[in-house]
Amino acid sequence: MTELEHPGGPGSIEDRAGHESAAVAPVTQAVDGIVVGGEGAIADTTVAAGLEIQVRSQWSYARTRFLRHRLAMASLIVLVFVFAVGALANLVAPYSYATLDLANILHGPTTQGHHFFGTDEIGRDYFSRVIYGIRTSEEVGVFVAVLSSIIGLVVGAFAGYYGGWIDNILMRVTDLVLVLPALAILLTISALLGSGSQWRVSLILAAFFWTGLARIVRGVFLSLREKEYVEAAKAAGSGDIRIMFRHILPNTLGPIVVNGTLAVATAILTEAALSFLGFGIKPPLPSLGSLVVSGQSNPQQWWLTIFPGLTILVIVLCINFIGDGLRDALDPTQRRIRA
Amino acid sequence: MPDPVLSIRNLVVEFRTEDGIVHAVDDISYDVYPGETLGIVGESGSGKSVSTLALLGLIPQPPGRIVGGSADFRGRDLLKLKKRELRDFRGKEVAMIFQDPMTSLNPVLKVGFQLGEAIKTHFPKEKDSAVKARVIELLGLVGVPNPDSRYDQYPHEFSGGMRQRAMIAMSIANSPSLLIADEPTTALDVTIQAQVLEVMKRVQAETQAATILITHDLGIVAELCDRVLVMYGGRIVETGDVQTIFGKPRHPYTIGLMDSLPRLTEDEEWLRPIPGQPPSLINRPSGCAFHPRCFHSQGRVRCREEVPELREIEGEGHGSACHFAEELRERPSRFAQTVGDAA
Amino acid sequence: MLTYITRRVLYSIPVLIISSFLSFTFVSLAGDPLGQLRLQPNLSILTLNNLKQQYHLDASIPAQYWYWVQDVFTHKLGISLVTLQPIWPDITRTLGHTLQIVLTAELLALVLGVVVGIFSAIRQYSFFDYWFTSFSFLGLAMPVFWLALLLQILFVDIYLKWHVRIFYTSGLNSRAGGSAFSLDRLQHIALPVITLMVISFALYSRYMRATMLDVLNSDYVRTARAKGLPEWRVVMGHVFRNALIPITTVSALNIGAVFGGAIITETIFTLDGIGYYFYGRLQALDVYAVMAYLLLTSVMIIVFNLIADILYGFLDPRIRYD
Repeated sequence: MTELEHPGGPGSIEDRAGHESAAVAPVTQAVDGIVVGGEGAIADTTVAAGLEIQVRSQWSYARTRFLRHRLAMASLIVLVFVFAVGALANLVAPYSYATLDLANILHGPTTQGHHFFGTDEIGRDYFSRVIYGIRTSEEVGVFVAVLSSIIGLVVGAFAGYYGGWIDNILMRVTDLVLVLPALAILLTISALLGSGSQWRVSLILAAFFWTGLARIVRGVFLSLREKEYVEAAKAAGSGDIRIMFRHILPNTLGPIVVNGTLAVATAILTEAALSFLGFGIKPPLPSLGSLVVSGQSNPQQWWLTIFPGLTILVIVLCINFIGDGLRDALDPTQRRIRA
Repeated sequence: MPDPVLSIRNLVVEFRTEDGIVHAVDDISYDVYPGETLGIVGESGSGKSVSTLALLGLIPQPPGRIVGGSADFRGRDLLKLKKRELRDFRGKEVAMIFQDPMTSLNPVLKVGFQLGEAIKTHFPKEKDSAVKARVIELLGLVGVPNPDSRYDQYPHEFSGGMRQRAMIAMSIANSPSLLIADEPTTALDVTIQAQVLEVMKRVQAETQAATILITHDLGIVAELCDRVLVMYGGRIVETGDVQTIFGKPRHPYTIGLMDSLPRLTEDEEWLRPIPGQPPSLINRPSGCAFHPRCFHSQGRVRCREEVPELREIEGEGHGSACHFAEELRERPSRFAQTVGDAA
Repeated sequence: MLTYITRRVLYSIPVLIISSFLSFTFVSLAGDPLGQLRLQPNLSILTLNNLKQQYHLDASIPAQYWYWVQDVFTHKLGISLVTLQPIWPDITRTLGHTLQIVLTAELLALVLGVVVGIFSAIRQYSFFDYWFTSFSFLGLAMPVFWLALLLQILFVDIYLKWHVRIFYTSGLNSRAGGSAFSLDRLQHIALPVITLMVISFALYSRYMRATMLDVLNSDYVRTARAKGLPEWRVVMGHVFRNALIPITTVSALNIGAVFGGAIITETIFTLDGIGYYFYGRLQALDVYAVMAYLLLTSVMIIVFNLIADILYGFLDPRIRYD
């Protein structure tokens, strides 16, 4: 039983046609024989009152909303700074992550010799190791997010658009992945495929992370493929792929961006956990997770535990705030009225 | 003339938003008399709902704010009451029917329970069986078939029209003196609308409650209302009884509304919408809020600079807020003959 | 309802089969299950060959898988090829300990999360709300292992400085201590429980707050207020019931992550739980033990999801499982 909107009576705002037919207004006014002031006064006042319809794209509107979100903006600045430090590790770090200085093991933070974060049990500069660790986390996070988003998008699009058996199979696969104990499986796969480099670990992680986005994208495609404009496009002869890309896909960009951003954070956290347990990125390649291990074996040297963990915390926190801000900005249905 | 059930004077309500202060209701005053049905007509954003929500304290106070004015209900100013005292009025003396029956009922609670709640809140000493009997009686009154089995059903098992009937039943459960119906049929199919309107008429006849009917649909106004208020941009622009408003509208906006109704009996080449868009309530046009879209203003300075006050025109109870209302006398009206007793 | 449950259970079986087969293949391909044994000097080649035959290690992987499946049912998950001990007793013992910790943590997280979420929503933008929202953001961003380590270091420090044991930082029981429900046990599992709880709590309180806000602004709550209901009745009678519904789904989806967190926490606090067991067995590439763990946790996740779905059906009358 459908509840149709009452075909609007006069001035019903739900009726968008009203706005569009406003463009027809000058003609109807003439037809009605209403005298228009000789000075073209109506046109002037119309413009003056800002009745010109302004076209603002969804993106500029979203951008404005995002910029208003102070916490997200602040986090963005911090994150960009941190990621820049990581990306430019070779330039910024005072030492390489492997340089030993056996005369100076387990020193606390000091400005001597630029050991701002102290040294570890074999004299490596911790500050540098953390910086290189940031770089590793960046690489893993972004790579996993991008790759899993692509896979999730493709899977979700095909499942949602075509429905039927394709949808069934793809959704069963998704269910399968969801039912497995994530960390345990990741550990198992890592144990066996051998981990080591950040790229390998990223691949393994991405193979797991795509399911979340696939579901969301599928939902969007499922609901939109019944819409009239898709039917219209089909009637005009557009092929399926074209419809999927030009008509439906843009509606998924919002969730993709939000999900992708948060995926970076999850990827970083998961990789850190894997590396901490020894199944992720293996030394000497630095990972913030494996750095904490030196903290575990030397509990008295607080800097070994604190700094890498704090770095992870800051990065993930910033990403979460940004993701929140993006979600606010890109979801037009949410109305937040701040007092 | 008997004393009004409700007297609103100089009500001003605003909302603080990220984009600025929204002047939703800007100094409106009106009365509602016992037994009558007052229609409030206007576009979305004209402030018609906000004024009644403010009455019952249903406006969330940040971001909304009742800046000033009074709402005298049988001797008590509702706007000055404390929360607890106001609650006594809600659902008992003053009841409200909302627009969307799909979302206005709690989906996880049985319909019978929700109606019963309305009664038990104000009469906690009533026995459960008595309450249930009354609820079933009410459901029957509004035309819900098989009310005793429907009592135990959930809202999603009701159709849209039936849900709205249940809402109506809920609102009259405690025999209110004032009933406020906020666009009760907007979300319904046209055929269902007719049925629900039928129910409302019956309810009015039975309870003799004063009713405020808020709508943007002139057809409903013609059917159900005795008097009409036309609102625009947060202010009242015209008031009068229904015959006068349809037969002799004296405000350009009202005229525009009447004109924009498509005629079913003649061929028409063009539709006649009111040009332009509703005003932003944050940056309202200076002077008369309607002047940018007004065919009658003709760019006159007074329209641009001076806010027109609602003043009596031509006869008792007929008011218009247009500087040049008198000049509209010569306009032939579309509905001079057709509005009489709407069957 | 019963048909729904049976349908779900039947449906999970192929899922379990496929996932266990894939895991089995992985683990088997990775290493020689007898690898550890081969390193032992006093085991003769004959013994090794016997074992090979007995456990069909020469057969193809699918065949080995089939034998393993049989073992699961007939021999209660079989024998570890590394320790040559039956797996079942170890698994049941460790699982019991883990469940004690995990269920306590989840229960606490749910109750506290719901309560805090409700208050945050009712008193939006207040001091309380501000602090708890910040706390939950922090909680969601904190790596589990780091939190566990920090707590461990903190309480070790307290002991070293003031010689007072508030909470123990390793193991399940002290030498003298005893059963699962003694104060001693409580002191030992307190820190792991807190660690696991923080993250779940952050998730649930955020979700609860968001849902509450949604519901508080909904039309039917406006109707309830318009009827004249006192605010507390609006919240308890109308808002709360609706807000609880999404939480069941969230908590079910979270259970997998909680088990993952258990692996980490048990490892750091050296608790005799199934996560620690798994970690050890994985490092030793003990195929059958690892498979036992994966199978068991998958089953538990499926069961939890099923329970959550049934609960959802109870709470939301719009869902009817026919």
